[in-house]
Amino acid sequence: MTSQTLSVGRQRASSPAAEGSTTSSRRQRPAWLFLAPFAIMYLLFLVGPTLYMIVASFFNTSLVRGGLGSFAGLHNYAEMLGRADFRSGMWHTLLFTILTTPPLVILSFVFAVLANRMRRGQWFFRLTFFLPFILPSASIALIWVAIFTPDTGLLNMVQGWIGMSPTAVLADPKWAMVGVALATVWWTIGFNFVLYLAGLQDVPREVYEAAAIDGASPWQQIRYLTIPLLGRTTTLVVLLQIIASLKIFDQIFLMTSGGPGQSTNVALTFIAGVGFTDNRIGAASAASVLLFIVIIIIAAARQGLARLQESRA
Amino acid sequence: MSTLSATGITAAAPPSRQTGAGLQSQSRGFTIASRVFLIAFALLWLVPTLWALKTSFVSNDTASLGASAVLKDTSPTFHSYAVLLQSGDIWNWYLASAITAVGTVALTVFFASMAGYALSRLEFRGRKVVFLLMVVGIMVPTQVLIVPIFRELSSMHLLNTYWSVILPQVPAVVAVFIFKQFFDGLPKEMEEAARIDGAGFWRIYRSIIMPLSMPVISAVSILTFVTVWNNLILPLFTLSNPKLMTIPVGLATVQGSYGQRLADIQASAVLGALPLVVIYFFFQRRIIEGVAGTGVKG
Repeated sequence: MTSQTLSVGRQRASSPAAEGSTTSSRRQRPAWLFLAPFAIMYLLFLVGPTLYMIVASFFNTSLVRGGLGSFAGLHNYAEMLGRADFRSGMWHTLLFTILTTPPLVILSFVFAVLANRMRRGQWFFRLTFFLPFILPSASIALIWVAIFTPDTGLLNMVQGWIGMSPTAVLADPKWAMVGVALATVWWTIGFNFVLYLAGLQDVPREVYEAAAIDGASPWQQIRYLTIPLLGRTTTLVVLLQIIASLKIFDQIFLMTSGGPGQSTNVALTFIAGVGFTDNRIGAASAASVLLFIVIIIIAAARQGLARLQESRA
Repeated sequence: MSTLSATGITAAAPPSRQTGAGLQSQSRGFTIASRVFLIAFALLWLVPTLWALKTSFVSNDTASLGASAVLKDTSPTFHSYAVLLQSGDIWNWYLASAITAVGTVALTVFFASMAGYALSRLEFRGRKVVFLLMVVGIMVPTQVLIVPIFRELSSMHLLNTYWSVILPQVPAVVAVFIFKQFFDGLPKEMEEAARIDGAGFWRIYRSIIMPLSMPVISAVSILTFVTVWNNLILPLFTLSNPKLMTIPVGLATVQGSYGQRLADIQASAVLGALPLVVIYFFFQRRIIEGVAGTGVKG
């Protein structure tokens, strides 16, 4: 297959008149020179680490010893799949994704649709909803940890006002993940919000005007026009959201360090723990490969869907 | 006369007018309700930021008394900011973040624009393969590669240098696509004229293409800057020297080292976020267009 395509390519390159082949050969060298700097970085820090991760996952590679260490076969994978903390890490990652994706998609959609109907003050909504997204996770974590602090925090004060008993959100295994999810929704909704706003800008005003003339209520317009017309954006938002949620690390590391107990231990904090605390690169690589595969599958689905929608449009 | 014709119209069209008014009032009701709903949520969204600001302007003693003491405090103080800005740590963090962000931006813009130019303008064998590799590269979750990247940087003796933060973030495939797409839209006439005059590709790239590409250069620069400034996981593991820490890594140590200095903690969160707030106000449109257009998400 490969050789066939290659020879076809070669034939095509050599078949045109002499002039054509000289241009192409004249363009060959500069092309590779132009690509080289980026290609070298790409190989060094994307392809290299990926291959190293795959290879090391089959070895007892250690952080404190040089080289790959002894061959381990599938032992690292078997160990990971059998370990309770790996499985709980994967489950908590999934739980976090389930907790954050629906509010992040639905609320951002609602905010964008409503903000788009506003004649004035759009800058204000962009500021309030979008600005947190470009702030460092470390600032976000400090702010939310303070809000959730038992007794002195803002949340407990508000709970006191409305007669609720105070919740120690981040110290309670039942609530810790919810607290992290809440902070994440607040922090990252702006991304989905601007994607939806951009999608809404592509819907021509006449469509709504025609619907209004036909007597469609605002609710009907949203239900039968906006939601279907934003279908592509929603697919994109949902898939990007899932990918981002699966890679959760910052908020967990900063807000709970995986605790209390194991209750917010997620895939990446688990991997960092095995790699950097236990010094076991081989084992951490096996866990990385498993997470990597899940993310690549969803990212590939995203690419595939995007291509499909483009070819249909 | 005029009154007569007016009544005539009213008399002729009462039913349609009524439904029209009904729909209109329904839609006005919807508009008001949605406005109230949206503004309520926007105000709710402001609370955490305002609370952090408010806490940062009280004394540590007041802050440790609890939220209602902070709320009731009426004598704002800059004490926390003064302490933080004098202690020096934050300046080291700013410096490290600025150096790594600017360094990554420079290399990314330079390398990605060259690659984008090659993909847009030059024909070469293996073009399809390169393109495919790029599409695959865009899917790779670099955070998941933290352990092998750490190992690699360690064997290159780059740990605890700014390079360990800069280099792994340079191959941002999205940047290549943004440049390629922009170059595809540039007219080719000028380049062809330059070719006839004997200019080489490097010359064309440098003196024709790049000067025309300021909008896309600034878009890639801003997006890269924000991404690098906010990156936690990479510098967290590669920089252990407190003098080299970037803002996110430095802030990550604050919770533990400041302990009960609650106002100082919030002030440091504000100071860490401040440069990005400034950037947002200067480049609002470009940031939002960049994010919405590329779907770049950390």
